Amino acid sequence: MQTPLENELDELKQQLLTMGSYAETAVKQAVEALITRNDALALKVKENDDVLDRFEIEIDDLAINLLAKAPLASDLRAVTVAMKISQNLERVGDEAAKIAKRARDLNGEAPLKTSLDLPAMAKAALEMLKAALDAFVRRDPASARAVVERDKEVDALNKQARRELERLMLESPDNVLRALHLMIAAKSLERIGDHATNVAEEVVYLCEAQDIRHGGK
Amino acid sequence: MSEITLPRITPLAPAAEAAGAGAPVIHVENLSLFYGAARALKDVSLTLGEKVVTAFIGPSGCGKSTLLRCFNRMNDLIDNVRIDGTVRIGGHDIYGANVDVIELRKRVGMVFQKSNPFPKSIFENVAYGLRLHGESDKSALAAAVENSLRQAALWDEVKDRLHRSALGLSGGQQQRLCIARAIAIRPEIILMDEPASALDPIATSRIEDLILDLKKEFTIVIVTHNMQQAARISDYTAFFYIGELVEFAATSKIFTNPANQQTEDYVTGRFG
Amino acid sequence: MNALTPSQYLPETPREFRHFRAEKFDFASFFFGGLTGLATLLILAILAVILGNILWNGWDGLSWHFISTIPKKDFFDPDTTGVLAMIVGTTFRVLVMTIFVIPVGVITAIYLTEYAPNAALATRIIRAAVNNLAGVPSIVFGLFGLGFFINFIGKNMDALLRNPGPVWGQPALIWASLTLAVMTLPVVIVATEESLKAIPAGLREASLALGATKLETVWKIVLPQALPGIMTGGILAVSRAAGEVAPILFTGVAYYMASLPGKLSDQFMDLGYHVFVLSTQSPNIEQTRPILYATVLVLLALTFALNIVAIIIRARVRKKLRALG
Repeated sequence: MQTPLENELDELKQQLLTMGSYAETAVKQAVEALITRNDALALKVKENDDVLDRFEIEIDDLAINLLAKAPLASDLRAVTVAMKISQNLERVGDEAAKIAKRARDLNGEAPLKTSLDLPAMAKAALEMLKAALDAFVRRDPASARAVVERDKEVDALNKQARRELERLMLESPDNVLRALHLMIAAKSLERIGDHATNVAEEVVYLCEAQDIRHGGK
Repeated sequence: MSEITLPRITPLAPAAEAAGAGAPVIHVENLSLFYGAARALKDVSLTLGEKVVTAFIGPSGCGKSTLLRCFNRMNDLIDNVRIDGTVRIGGHDIYGANVDVIELRKRVGMVFQKSNPFPKSIFENVAYGLRLHGESDKSALAAAVENSLRQAALWDEVKDRLHRSALGLSGGQQQRLCIARAIAIRPEIILMDEPASALDPIATSRIEDLILDLKKEFTIVIVTHNMQQAARISDYTAFFYIGELVEFAATSKIFTNPANQQTEDYVTGRFG
Repeated sequence: MNALTPSQYLPETPREFRHFRAEKFDFASFFFGGLTGLATLLILAILAVILGNILWNGWDGLSWHFISTIPKKDFFDPDTTGVLAMIVGTTFRVLVMTIFVIPVGVITAIYLTEYAPNAALATRIIRAAVNNLAGVPSIVFGLFGLGFFINFIGKNMDALLRNPGPVWGQPALIWASLTLAVMTLPVVIVATEESLKAIPAGLREASLALGATKLETVWKIVLPQALPGIMTGGILAVSRAAGEVAPILFTGVAYYMASLPGKLSDQFMDLGYHVFVLSTQSPNIEQTRPILYATVLVLLALTFALNIVAIIIRARVRKKLRALG
C-alpha cells in the first residue's frame, strides 16, 4: 500500500520520463530533418516544442505541490532533481527547434559540400541524452557519471565542426550563410550534450546526494 | 566610455561545520534501561554538544523520552527502574554514588509536553525555583522573574498581570511560562519533551523561535514527533528505534541524506 | 414595490421533511425521567417530615433560657432544665476530635498517596486496615476506647504521674474525642487521598524537575491544592461525630455534670446522649416530650451550624486558590 506521497512521486517520475521521450524524439527528428532536408519534419519539430513547454510547467506544478508536503531525504532530492531535469529537457526541446529552423533555412539553399560529420555529433548527443534518462529510470549513478565523461567527446566534435566550417567560410563568401546555419546547428547539438550532462549530474545527486556539478566529485 | 567596474564576487565558503558545537556536555555510554524485566533502552551511546539544539526523533515507544528523562533522573520517580551504563554530564557520572539529585535538577531543567504551571500567580510560578534554592531578596526575585519572562518572550504579554493566576493564560502562553520558570534558575541544559505538540501552529512557531533564541545560552535537547520541526530548529538529530540509537548526525544530513536505511524510511514516512 | 412575506417566497416544506419537525414522543425517557423525579421528591418528603415533625414539636420548647442554662439535676422538669452543658460538651468533643483526626488522617493519606510504593505488601495492608476500620460498629469503638485509652493509657499515665486518684484512668473528654477520632479516621483519609489523587501528576513533576524534594513538593504545591478536599473530609467527620453516642458512652459522657467541662480530663454532657436519657429515663414523658424535641432541634441546629462554618471556610479557601497563589 503506497502512501499518497509515494503515488505523487511516482506520477512525477512518469511525467519526467514521458517528457524525456518527447525530448529524445524532438532531437532525432530535428537532426533527420537537417540531414535529409525534410521541411515537413522540421515544421513538425517546431510545433511539438509546445508540448515540452507544457510538460515543464506541469512538472514544476506537481513538484511545488509535493514540496508543500515537506518531503524529506531521498523524497526531497527527488523533487528538486525533477524540477532541474524538466528544465534541462525543455531546453533540449528548444535546441531541437533551433536545429529544425536551421534545417528549414538550409533547405531554401543548395546543399553545401562538406565533410562535416554532423550525424556523428548528433548520434553522440542523442546517446548521451538517452543514457542520462536511462540512468534516471534505473537510479544508476555509475552510468550517469559515464555520461558526464562523454561530454568531452561532443565538445571535441563541435570544435572540429567549427574549424571545418571556418575553413569553408574563408574559402568562399558564397559558403558563409550556409556555413553559419550549420555552425549554429552544431552549437545546438553541443548544447544538447551539455543538457544531457546536467541531467546526469542531477541523477548522481539523486542517488548519492553528491553534487558533482562544476567540477565536484 | 567609462570603465565598468563589476562588484567583486567572493566565492561561497565551503559548507561550514554544523553550527559551532561547543565542548561536549552530555556523554552517554552503553546506557540500558529496564522497566522491571522489559528493556526500554538498549546500549545507547552518544555525545551531545554544548549550546546546540539536539533533537531526538523516532516512532512512539522508541525510548526517546525515556532517554531524555535519564538526563535529569526523572526516571527515578518510577518504581522498578534499573540503569546499566553511564551518563556523564559536565564530566560527572550522574548516577554515581554521591550525586545530589537536587543539584542535578538545578543544572538540568525540563519542560513537559503538557504545560503544567502551578495554580499560583505568574510571578510566583517563575519565582518558585528561585525561592526553592534560597533566594528571598525581593528585588533580586523581581529582577530574575522579569529577566526570565523576557527571555521566554512573554514579558510584554504579562507584565501588567504578574500577580494574577497563571491558569488564566492561553496554552501557548502557559508553555512559555513553563519555559520561563525552567530558565529562571539558570540551568545549563534544558530538556524539552514535545513542548509544542499540544499547541496550535502559531503558538508552536513562537516556541520554535524561542528555542532558536535560547540556544545561544543553553544546551537544548528536544524530543519531537514533528520532523519538520526537528529539521527547522535542531543542529543535530538522533533517530531511535525500539530502544536503540540508529543514527546520530547533523540535522541537515539526517533529513537530506541519512546514512541508514531505517532512518530514511522513518524520515520519509514509509513506516512509523 | 410590495415586499414579499416569507411564506410567499419560501418554498413549502417538502412533504418528506415534515415528520422531522416535531419530536417523536419517547416513552422510555419520559418514564425514567419521571421515576427519578419521584425518587427525589420522596427523599425531600421524608426529610421534610422528619424536620417538620421536630420543628413542630420542638419549637415551643426552644428559648434563649433553654440554650443558655446549665441544667439542674432534675432536667426532666421544664423549669430546671437547660442544654448549655450539652452544647458545650458536644462542641468541645467534636473540636478536640478534629484537632487529632485531621493531622493524623492527612499524614496517613499523604504517605499512602505520595510515598508508599503501590505494589508493596505494607501499603496494601495499610489500605485494607483503613477500609476495615470504616466498617467497625460504633459501639465497638466505644469498647475500644474504654479498653485502650482509659484502662491502658489513662491508667498508666496516672501511674507515671503518680496521681493519688484516677485522673486520666477514667472517662474523660480527651478519651471520648480520641475514640471519635479513631472512628472518623477512614473518612478523613479517604477524602484526603481522593483530593490528592485529583491533583495532576504534572504539577508534582514540574516541581521535582525544578529541584524540589518530595517533601517540598507536597508542602508547597500538593497540600495547598488539596486543602478543600481535606476540609471536606473534616466536614464529613464532624457531621458523623456530632451525632454519635455509642463511642462516647463508656469513654467520657456523663449522665449529669453540675458544671461545664473545663479540663481535658473532665467528663461532659452530650446532646445526643441527653436525647437518649430524656426518652428512656423520664418519669413523666408528657412533661418531658417538649424538652426532648427541643434538645433534638438544638442537636440538629448545632450540627448544621458546625457544617455551615466549615463549608464557608472551605469556600473561602477555594476562592483564594482559584484567584491566585
